[in-house]
Amino acid sequence: MTDFSRLGVAAIRDGVANGEFKAVEVAEALNARVAAAKALNAFIVETPEKAIEAAQAVDTDRAAGKPLGKMAGVPIGMKDLFCTEGVQTTAASHILEGFVPTYESTVSANLWKAGAGMLGKLNLDQFAMGSSNETSYFGNVISPWRRNDGGNAPLAPGGSSGGSSSAIAARLCPAATGTDTGGSIRQPAAFVGISGIKPTYGRCSRWGVVAFASSLDQAGPMARDVRDCAIMLEAMAGFDPKDSTSLDLPVPAWEAGLNSDLKGKRIGIPKEYRLDGIDEDIAKMWDNGIAWLKDAGAEIVDISLPHTKYALPAYYIIAPAEASSNLARYDGVRFGLRDLPEGAGLQDMYAATRAAGFGEEVRRRIMIGTYVLSAGFYDAYYTQAQKVRTLIARDFENAWASCDLILAPTAPSAAFGLGEKTSDPLSMYLNDVFAVPASLAGLPAMSVPGGLDKQGLPLGLQIIGKALDEQAVLNAGLAIEQRSGFTAEAGEWW
Amino acid sequence: MSEYRIQGNTGEWEVVIGLEVHAQVTSESKLFSGSSTGFGAEPNSHVSLVDAAMPGMLPVPNRECLRQAVRTGMAINAQINRWSRFDRKNYFYADLPQGYQISQLYHPIVGEGEIEVTLNEKDPDSAVKKIGIERIHVEQDAGKLMHDQHPTMSFVDLNRSGVALMEIVSRPDMRSPQEAGAYVKKLRSILRYVGSCDGNMEQGSMRADVNVSVRKPGGELGTRTETKNVNSIRFMMQAIEYEAQRQVDLIESGGAVVQETRLFDPNKMETRSMRSKEDAHDYRYFPDPDLLPVELDDAFLEECRASLPELPDAKRVRYEAMGLTAYNAAVLTAEAETAFWFEELLAEGVDAKQGSNWLMSELFGALNKLGKTLDESPVNPKQAAELLGLVADGTISGSIAKQVFEIMLETGQGAATIVEEKGLKQTNDTGAIEAEIAKIMAANEDKVTEYRSGKDKLFGFFVGQTMKAMQGKANPQIINDLLKKALG
Repeated sequence: MTDFSRLGVAAIRDGVANGEFKAVEVAEALNARVAAAKALNAFIVETPEKAIEAAQAVDTDRAAGKPLGKMAGVPIGMKDLFCTEGVQTTAASHILEGFVPTYESTVSANLWKAGAGMLGKLNLDQFAMGSSNETSYFGNVISPWRRNDGGNAPLAPGGSSGGSSSAIAARLCPAATGTDTGGSIRQPAAFVGISGIKPTYGRCSRWGVVAFASSLDQAGPMARDVRDCAIMLEAMAGFDPKDSTSLDLPVPAWEAGLNSDLKGKRIGIPKEYRLDGIDEDIAKMWDNGIAWLKDAGAEIVDISLPHTKYALPAYYIIAPAEASSNLARYDGVRFGLRDLPEGAGLQDMYAATRAAGFGEEVRRRIMIGTYVLSAGFYDAYYTQAQKVRTLIARDFENAWASCDLILAPTAPSAAFGLGEKTSDPLSMYLNDVFAVPASLAGLPAMSVPGGLDKQGLPLGLQIIGKALDEQAVLNAGLAIEQRSGFTAEAGEWW
Repeated sequence: MSEYRIQGNTGEWEVVIGLEVHAQVTSESKLFSGSSTGFGAEPNSHVSLVDAAMPGMLPVPNRECLRQAVRTGMAINAQINRWSRFDRKNYFYADLPQGYQISQLYHPIVGEGEIEVTLNEKDPDSAVKKIGIERIHVEQDAGKLMHDQHPTMSFVDLNRSGVALMEIVSRPDMRSPQEAGAYVKKLRSILRYVGSCDGNMEQGSMRADVNVSVRKPGGELGTRTETKNVNSIRFMMQAIEYEAQRQVDLIESGGAVVQETRLFDPNKMETRSMRSKEDAHDYRYFPDPDLLPVELDDAFLEECRASLPELPDAKRVRYEAMGLTAYNAAVLTAEAETAFWFEELLAEGVDAKQGSNWLMSELFGALNKLGKTLDESPVNPKQAAELLGLVADGTISGSIAKQVFEIMLETGQGAATIVEEKGLKQTNDTGAIEAEIAKIMAANEDKVTEYRSGKDKLFGFFVGQTMKAMQGKANPQIINDLLKKALG
C-alpha cells in the first residue's frame, strides 16, 4: 500500500488523475497523521472534514470525466493567517481567538478552486511576528528535527511559518501555505530542510490575509521540493482586483517552465553576506551551492550589495510602523476579544483588551512602530528607513547589470533550541539578516535545502531573483536540488 | 469689500479666517468599498467587510470619487496633481473601525486654486475678492456614535464609515463673517454646479472647521483656534463673530489665545474649548501601504475637463450678453438649482428676457408664498414654457397669465387647458371692444369731457373700464388703439 505521507504535491495530483488511488484515501491517511502528531503542536485547528469533503469532490469530478485542477486531490495545511470561511482564524493570537470569518481569503479560495483540501489551520508566530514560532498564543511549534548530540532538546521550526515548516518536514502534509514579510517562508523552510518561495510582491493577493506589514507581506508555498512549490505557487498566484497592490499579470506556467540547465545564467555572490564570524558550516554549504550552480552551467560573479547592513534596521522600523497601524483594528469593538473592566470607559476597554489580547512580541512591535511614526521621530526613523529601502532596491537593480540571480545562505545559523533566543529579541531579529533585503526590494526569493551542519541539522540556500522572474529562481533551486543529494529526514519521535 | 473691525479698548482689531470645508462626494459607493452611500438608511445596513475593518480586508479606491475631486479642482482653477497618495491618520475611536482614517496629508490630489467671491451675490456692484484655496484632499468619513439608544451603552452606526469626503482648505484670506459666509455660499454653488457634492448642510454633506485669529490691522498673525464641525452658514458666521470677540476680550484683559480645538454651541451661541494643543492627538501620519499612489493620465484629465458644466461666473457673463440685466444674471446664476431651471426654460424656447423676468417675479414670488424651494416647485420648466408661450403669441395677456399661473399652482393643470376650459383666450375682436367703449363713454360723459379738455391721466381709467368690461380678455394694445381713436 502506498505511504501517502511520502508523496509530494505532483505525485498525489498525478496519482489521483491517473486513477492510481483516490483523493479520499490520501486525505484519510494525512488526516490520521495530523491527528497523531499533536506533540508537534503544528496545527491550531484540525479540519479533517474539510480535507475529506474536498477530496470527495475531486473523486466525483474525476469519475464524471471533468477536468481536474492544478492541485486536485492534494490536502494541504493552511497557515492560520489566512481567513477561512467558517473556520476559526486567529493569527495565533488571543485577541482573535474564536474569530470565525464569514469570508475566504483569495489565496486559499484559489487553492480550493484548484482542487486542494484543508487539513487544518497551522500554527505560527503571533501575527506572523517572530522567527521561531515561540510567540504563538497557542504554544510553541516543535520542529521534528533533533540535534545529533543525543540530547532531545526541542528545536524551533523557524518562523513565522513554523507550523507550516514543521508539518511538512514531519510529512503531515505535502505542502502548506506560508507568508513572508521578512523571511517567514524562507527561514522556517531552511530550518527543517524543505523548500519555500516568496514570490514577487504583488503576485499573491493579500485580500483576506491578516495583515502584518502591508508593503512587505507576501504569501507563498512551502513544500518538500521545487516542483511542488512551482505547482502550488501557480495555484495561489493571480491578479485580484480586491487588492490594489496585486499585480495585473497572467500567472506563468512555472511547473512547465522548470529547467535546471543554467547555461547562460550568471549567479551573483554578494560579498556583504559573508559576515565576519560566519558559521563555518554555513560558509561550506554556500561554497557547495556555488559549485552546484557552476556545474549546472551557470557563471559565477562576485557582486556587491553595499547597503545590506542597513536592511535589518530599516526593516525593523518599516515593518513595526505598518504593524502598529494595521493592528489598530483589534480594539474589542466589533470582533474578537473584548476586555471591559467594571466601570471602564472606551479608552480603558482599548487598553485592557489590547493588553490581554496581544502577546509580548506583538506589543513590543506596536510600541516600536508607534514610536517611529510619532511626531518628532518620523523623519529620523520612518523617512530614513524608506530611503534605505530605496537604496536596497537600487543595490539589487545595479547587481542585475552583472548577474541574473543571487545565491546566499537563507539564515546565518541552523535551527536553535526553543527558549534559546527568547530573552534576547535582537539576536532573534538577527536571524532575518539574509532574508530581509529581498523582502524590502519585493523580489522573489526561495530557500532550498543545502545540506546538514555538524549537529545534523538542515541548512538552507537562498536564491534571489529579479522582479517577476520566479522561473529563474525555481530553475536554480531545481539545479541545486538535483545536485545536493539532500535526502535527510527527521526521525519520527513524536 | 467693507472693512470689518472689532472695536476694542486698545483700538481696532482685524479678524483672520480660514476654513476647512468637508464636502461629501456625490457617488454611489464609498471611497474604498462598494457599499452604498445612501442617506437615512437603517443603521449598519450600508457596511461592507472593508468598512467594518474585518481582518485581512483591503481598500480599493473608487475612481468616481477621485474624478469628482479632480472636477471640483478644475472648477476652482486649481493645480491638479497627477501624482497623489493616500496616508493613514491614526487614532482610536469607536466610530473609526480601522483605527485610522485614510486621508491625504503629504500629497493631496488637488493643489492651489482660488474662487472669486462677491460679498453680496445678488448685488452686481458688490466688490469681488479672490479667496485662495490651499488644497483639496480626499478622505474617509467616520461612522456615527449614538448615545441615546441605551442607558449604559453607546451604539455605533457605520453607514457613513468610509464615505468619501473632500476636504477643501482655504487660505486665511477672509476678514469678516460676511466674507466667510459668501465664500461658503460660492463654494457650495460651485460644488452643486459641478455635481460633486449636494451641499446639504442639514444632512451633514457639508460642514466646516473654522480657523479664527485676531490681530491689529495688518499686523502679525495671531494665534488661531479651530472651531470644529459647524454645519450651517449662519452658525459659522455667528461662531466667527463670537470667537473673534472672545479673543479680543481675552487679549485685552491680559490673557493669551491658546491654540486649541473648540466647539460651537448654537443654542448658547458660543464656542467652547474641546481640547488644547497639549491634548492633541499625534496622528502618526504615514503613507497607506495598502494603496498604490494615484496617477492620473491625460485621458482621465481630459474626460474630467470635458464633463464640467458651464460654471456660475461664465454663465453670468453669458446671460448679460443675452440682454439680461446684471442683477437678473447674478440672481439666476448664484445657485445651480436656479440656473439649471432657467436653462431648461430656455431650452423650451422661451425668450431669455421674458423668462428671466417671469422666473424672478412670478415664480419666486409664488414659491415664496408657498414656502417652497425651486426644487419643490409645483410647476416645472416645461409647464412654465407653455404658459409663457401663450403670452408670447398673444393668446393671453400678461394679467390673464397671472390668473392662469395661480390655477396651475393650485391644480397642476396645463396652461393651455386652463385657458381653454375657462375661456380666457384674449380677444382681438375690434367690433366687440368698440361696442364696450361706446357704452363706457356714454355712461361717463363727464369724464370724456374732462379728458378731452386735457386731463390725460383719465386715459388709464378708460383702459381699465374697457378691460373690465371685456373680462380681461381683450388685447391691451387693441384697447389702447381703439380708445385713442374714440376719445379723439
